[in-house]
Parts: sequence; structure tokens; C-alpha cells
Amino acid sequence: MAETNILTALGGIVRRDLLLAARRKSDVLTTLFFFVIVVSLFPLGIGPEMDMLRKIAPGVLWVAALLATMLSLNRLFAADYADGALEQMALSAVPLGVLVTGKVIAHWLLSGLPLTLLAPVLGLQFDLAPASLAVLVVALAIGTPVLSLIGAIGAALTLGVRGGGVLVSLLVLPLYVPVLIFGAGAVEADITGLGAAAHLSLLAAFLALAAFFGPWATTVALRIALE
Amino acid sequence: MNNRLINWFRYASPQTFYPLAGKMIPWFWALTAVFGIAGLYIGFFAAPTDAQQGEGYRIIFIHVPASWMSMFIYLVMAFWAALGLGFNTRLSGMMASALAPTGALMAFLSLWTGALWGKPMWGTWWVWDARLTSELILFFLYLGFIALQSAIDEPRRADKAGAVLALVGVINIPIIYFSVKWWNTLHQGASVSLTRSPSMAQAMLWGMLLMALAFWMYSIAVALARVRAIILERERHAGWVEELREVRQ
Amino acid sequence: MKWNSLGEFLAMGGYAFYVWGSFGACAALMIVEPILVRLRRKNALQELKREIAASAENNET
Repeated sequence: MAETNILTALGGIVRRDLLLAARRKSDVLTTLFFFVIVVSLFPLGIGPEMDMLRKIAPGVLWVAALLATMLSLNRLFAADYADGALEQMALSAVPLGVLVTGKVIAHWLLSGLPLTLLAPVLGLQFDLAPASLAVLVVALAIGTPVLSLIGAIGAALTLGVRGGGVLVSLLVLPLYVPVLIFGAGAVEADITGLGAAAHLSLLAAFLALAAFFGPWATTVALRIALE
Repeated sequence: MNNRLINWFRYASPQTFYPLAGKMIPWFWALTAVFGIAGLYIGFFAAPTDAQQGEGYRIIFIHVPASWMSMFIYLVMAFWAALGLGFNTRLSGMMASALAPTGALMAFLSLWTGALWGKPMWGTWWVWDARLTSELILFFLYLGFIALQSAIDEPRRADKAGAVLALVGVINIPIIYFSVKWWNTLHQGASVSLTRSPSMAQAMLWGMLLMALAFWMYSIAVALARVRAIILERERHAGWVEELREVRQ
Repeated sequence: MKWNSLGEFLAMGGYAFYVWGSFGACAALMIVEPILVRLRRKNALQELKREIAASAENNET
């Protein structure tokens, strides 16, 4: 009984956030455009040699994904904090951790998932082989939820704080380093023929760790912000 | 149970800790000077010239202690942060924020001396070596902590938010270190390390240990002095602060 | 004594810039930081004294 309650609450919050985002499509689209533009700028800055581009593609795509996720972080809680909805959620019977998890899932569906689906198209610009593109998609699919989970902690900590948007990047980007290393490393390992399995399983381990600790730390941070 | 416990909590109040810290600071300065002079003497006069690195290796006498302290201070900071979150003691949060600038300074020194060591030894100011890279990220973590705390006006919230960040950071540091190490070995980074322990002479080791002790004592002295300033800033409306001799004068 | 002259000591076997650059930066920062802390404490004390003086004046009037 209690379990179904929690699951319905989780589903409810995900649906609610998705509906709210559907009303303001431009937010989601801006993040995606940012991703596309940043990735497309690199060849212009570096030059069109395909060998070079193939080499930097994994890193460029991942750094761009990191930055795009960063940009979308402040819409995670800010609106609900401003209109008081967050406070009501904290007071409701459903544990705050469940609500946080729901919001993180919604955030991933709106930022991480589209990025993952868009990445192979951009990878073509860098002349990645089909197999590497597949690894890229898998790595992003495992890695971007970690970005949302860790980012949520930063978003909750900077809620209603002066200069929160820039501050969140200072807090969160250093914590993204392992995901960046193994995410880009997976694609690179595939290109060089080493096989991406080890990288991908470590990414999955990060995901498990982040899924366990992330919502909990976010909940603590939210309670501090709401005090 | 709890005579001992109560005693500890007694010192956890800013009012009792303020004079205690004031009494301890000169001693830690004295220890800093003693260890520092001994360490410098051994480092510059007793330790032999390194066979491969010439006199340039003497940089490790501050590079290694600074690196150790930058990591150790983060751990201590996280410890105080956890204590502050768990027991809701005011002093713990102040300790954490008093330690952060000193930790950042140590991380910076470690990077600076690492660069100055790398130029003659590796030929470049910066190498994406696993240790230097993780030290850089540690420096960023310190900056993030300081930036977060200074952006929040309300001290209690700043303490708690900082505590959460410090704890998240402390879980992440080993992960970051091992990721960077893995990344570094895959990319065939420089394989020379700053502390090649097998060839290290006894005197070099002693010099390094003494300097590390000096850095440790320095960090305690500065952090205690800073925590006293923070107490004065935050507790200014408490009656006991107005009774202090330095305020009365 | 392993150094024959002061000049030799200062030259550090050709590594003078690197060695003294490191030790100099270290010394400078470790002098500046306590001074900054001392200033912070002075400011806090001044602030306190001003507040106390202000509240005393208020009480008199």
C-alpha cells in the first residue's frame, strides 16, 4: 500500500514537471540549442582536419553536455521555490526524498535524454564511426542521469542565493570530473579499439552511487534552504 | 555517563572556546617556528644534493607538505561540517569556514611549487599528471566552498549549506583521484613522480616530515585565529562578547 | 657545511629561480594570511566597539 503511494507520488511529480515544462518549451529548447551550438563551434575554432576532429569529438561532446546540463539546473527547483510550492511539498505526507527523485527524473527526461538522442547526429559532424556513436549514446544514457543527480545537490544548495546561477557551476563542475573522464574515455577507448566495457561499467557504478546519495543530500540541502 | 561528554560540549560553545583558542595560538606559532627552522635547516644544509635533480629537488620540502595539508585540511573541514550537521553545534560550522581559506592556500601553494618544480624537471610549467590534476580540482572544491559560504548572508544557513557541500566533496575526492589516475595512465602521462621514495635520503625524509609538521602547526594557528575573528563577528550580540577585555579597552 | 659561499647558496646550483620562487611564494603567503586574519579581527572589534558605544548613547538619551 505504502509502496504504491510512493510510486504514484513519484509518477505524479514527474508528470507535473513535464507538464509545466511543456508550457514553457523554450527552456528545454534553449538547452538543446546551446549544446548544438557549442559542439558546432569547436571545428570552427580548431580547423576542419577530420583526424583532429575525430580525436577531440568525445571530449567536446561530453564537455558540451556538461555545460548544457549546468545551464538547465537552476530551473530544477527555482520556480517552485519562488512560488512557495516547494515548501508545500516539504510539508506534505510524501517523503521529500521521493519528490526530489521525481524532480530529478523529470529534469533528466528534459535535458539528459534529449542530449543523448541528439549527440549521435552531432557526432556525425566529427566523423565518428557508427560503433563509436553507439558507445557515445550508451555512455551519455548512463552518464547524464549522474549529472542531473549531482547537479540537483548544487541547485538545492544555491536556492535563493545571490548569483546562484554562476555559483552552481563553481560547485558542481569539479564534481562532474569523474563522469567526464569515463564518459569521454568510453568513446575514446572504442575508437582506439580497447573496448568501452570497463568505462561503461564504472559509469554505471557512479550512477548507482549517485542515485543512492544524491537525492538524500539534495533533500538535506533543500531543508536547509527552506528553514 | 557523561561527565566527559559534557566537558567536551562545554568547549563546543563559542564563549568557552574563544579564550581557550586565544591561549593556544601562541603555542602553535612557537611550534611552527621550531619545526620550520629545524625543517629549513635540514632541508637546505643537511640534506644532500639529489643525484638527478640537483638542488632543484629542494622544492619538495614545501611542495609535499603543502599537498598533504591541502588534503588533510579538507578532511578536517568535512569532519567539523559533519559534526555541525549532526549535533547542531555552532562552533563546528565556524571551524569549517575558518579552515577553508587556509586549505585553499595550501592547495594553491602545492600547485605553484609543483609548476616551479615541473619547469626544470619536465620542461613545462604544467603537466597533466594525476596528482597535479587532482590537486587542481581540490583547489576548485575549496573555492566552491568559500564562494558558497560568502554568497549566503545568514550564517547558520551558510554553515549548513557549506557542510553539505564539504561532505559531498569528501565522498567525491577519492573518486576524482582514482578517475584522474586512470585517465592519466591511459594517456601515457609523465611517469616521473615528485616523491621518488626509494632513492630518498634519510635527511630528505626528515626535512620533509619536519616541514610538514611546521605547516600543520601553522594551519592550526591561523585557523584558530580566524575562528576567533569569526566568533567576534557572529556573536557580537551576545553578552559575553561585550565583557571581553579587548572589547572593553 | 655543504655550501662554500653565500653566493653558491643563493644560486642553488642553477635552480635559484625555481627554488626561491617556491620558497618565496610560500613565505609571502604565510606572512600575508596571518596579517589578513589580524585585520579581520581588528575590523570585528572596531565594529563591536562602535555598536556598544552607539547603544550606550541611546541609553543616555
